[in-house]
Amino acid sequence: MNAIVLEHVSKQYRLGHIQQFGMLQENMTAWFRRLLGHERMTQEVLWALNDISLEIKHGEVVGIIGRNGAGKSTLLKILSRITSPTSGAMRVNGRVASLLEVGTGFHEELTGRENVILNGSILGMPRAEIARQMDAIIDFAGVEKFIDTPIKRYSSGMRLRLGFAVAAHLNPDILIIDEVLAVGDAGFQKKCLGAMETLRNSGRTVLFVSHNMAAVENLCSRVIWVDNGRIRQDGETNEVIQSYMGSFGEGKRTGFDLDKIQVRRGAGGARLTSLEFFDRAGTTMKLIRSGDRLIIRFWYDAKERIANPIFGIRIYTELGTLVTEMNTWMTDFEIPFIDAGKGHIDLIVDFLNLMPGRYSVTLFLGAVGPLFQDLLDHCGILEIEASDFYNSGKGIESRFGVMFLPFHWEWKHAGDETMRDIASRDERKYEMG
Amino acid sequence: MQLIDREWLRELWQYRELFYFLAWRDVKVRYKQTILGIVWAVIQPLATMLVFLVLFGKIASIPTDGTPHALFYYTALVPWIYFSGTLAMCGNSLVSNTNLLTKVYFPRNVLPAAVALSGLVDFGIGTIFVLGLLAYYHMVPNWHIVLLPLVALLLVLLAYSIGIILAAVTVKYRDVKYATPFLIQLGLFVTPIIYSPSMVPEAYRPLLLLNPLTGIIDAFRAIFVPSHPLEWGLLGLSALATLLLLLVGTLYFRAAERSFADTI
Repeated sequence: MNAIVLEHVSKQYRLGHIQQFGMLQENMTAWFRRLLGHERMTQEVLWALNDISLEIKHGEVVGIIGRNGAGKSTLLKILSRITSPTSGAMRVNGRVASLLEVGTGFHEELTGRENVILNGSILGMPRAEIARQMDAIIDFAGVEKFIDTPIKRYSSGMRLRLGFAVAAHLNPDILIIDEVLAVGDAGFQKKCLGAMETLRNSGRTVLFVSHNMAAVENLCSRVIWVDNGRIRQDGETNEVIQSYMGSFGEGKRTGFDLDKIQVRRGAGGARLTSLEFFDRAGTTMKLIRSGDRLIIRFWYDAKERIANPIFGIRIYTELGTLVTEMNTWMTDFEIPFIDAGKGHIDLIVDFLNLMPGRYSVTLFLGAVGPLFQDLLDHCGILEIEASDFYNSGKGIESRFGVMFLPFHWEWKHAGDETMRDIASRDERKYEMG
Repeated sequence: MQLIDREWLRELWQYRELFYFLAWRDVKVRYKQTILGIVWAVIQPLATMLVFLVLFGKIASIPTDGTPHALFYYTALVPWIYFSGTLAMCGNSLVSNTNLLTKVYFPRNVLPAAVALSGLVDFGIGTIFVLGLLAYYHMVPNWHIVLLPLVALLLVLLAYSIGIILAAVTVKYRDVKYATPFLIQLGLFVTPIIYSPSMVPEAYRPLLLLNPLTGIIDAFRAIFVPSHPLEWGLLGLSALATLLLLLVGTLYFRAAERSFADTI
């Protein structure tokens, strides 16, 4: 039995003047202008969704992923009947509750309890049902002490918990959730995922939009990848997620073009012109991930012969903390001189143990002592993506720190086999590109 | 008519609790942090009545068909204030709830409908005060009083019908809301509040009939004040106009509803 069917659904938005905040006065002015022969104001058209067809059966838990602006939220709005398609048809079987934003309908002046009733009835819960579930809802949200104070006194965390608590007790046939788990602390996120698991286990149909791949992987049996208003892939969770993550490399380049940078210090006898990243096979890397083995190539252009040059790179966190520096002096890599002209030197990083994130990079070419030939301070951003280093589907996230170590656990039981967590640092287990 | 079908009517019934709750919320919020609270419901028509009394009763001396001036104005002001207030708030009911409209589904006319319902609280309080005034003048209403629920219903339906049209238009064209106060001002003079319909010269009578509110407001007067004649013709016309507006308004609203979330 199909819970949701979409047939060739498209949604068009018109950009520009006339659609936004229409003013009668403006429209009439425009009309007069046309009458008098002036050109029409052109209107750009945006197809947020383009010919989407899909079927979702009852009981399926489907994840919807895609880049920002791909059309995921528009799709959800159409499924929730908040907006209607420009063309195409949609059929829904069963009661739909959508959580596009937590705390929809909360009114500042009313108390928490009153807002639960308001929120619940907006989401379609009958009064009697809300009354029955009230205690469970308050308990889930953990706001017992404040339930009779006006919402305007609540913290944002409390509002979030209360809003989600109502939604979690909704019991609709079809539940549509849009990235609401992006906020909230870790403890609450766990609670939310738990609630969604319960929903899944009770045979409800759930549509879940998220950027949290771990959550999607955990809950969904099927994933739909929406890209630029179309369905790019629709199938088994792992496959689609892999393709999706892989696509991040497309169109992106690693490597910095340093030649054009004006802000630089140093004597200028030689300049760094560019930086390239290669994997051990020698191919240019499209994506740099935690744990990768890297070859970083420094290209330079010297005006004259430079004696005893030292090449170096410093990596900083976004907040400016120096994570590490790597230069030729530290490993006693002595270069007697470099000739005038262009050349390059390779820095091989055996193991990039930085957590995913954005890092600022400073590069320099200098000599022992205070003289720099070229110093490019914070000249580029190094984006490091997550990888499944621990082979567990989790663990490589910036919330666990700036860097990570290869590790595993061991626990010896008397008489039993030793439990051992074989993870990481096993080059057979993970492939890079 | 595919705009008004069984499916939609069933949904309206389904969402009735939301409708009650939104109306209750409006009332509660309106009174929650005000000192005057309920007293305001009486003061507004009262103050206006006093002004009219001095201005039109004493200074301009506009005849009131034998009814005491205070009663004449007050019985018309109570429904008028309900009507104008509801219109103004209905116009804004959609645009001030943007966050709801773009995030959740429910039949959109629940919002202006809730406004129409919540205004009845003030209206009820004002009506009780009318009875007080009647007692003061030693007047007892005649059998016309039985018509009160019917006329009140017509008033609510008329306010709702025009309200939803305003609400839908305001979503698309924001500057309409600036025209509303002006139209209401005009309405105050075009409706027989300050004068009686019997005063209007024959030549201008048809104009009176153009205003659907005429029959209703005048009927309110006739219901409470025994000496004021009930003009059945006017009332009948108003009822017809109200039902027509209800139909037209609902059709327009339903058609416009589909694009609310996009244009708001």
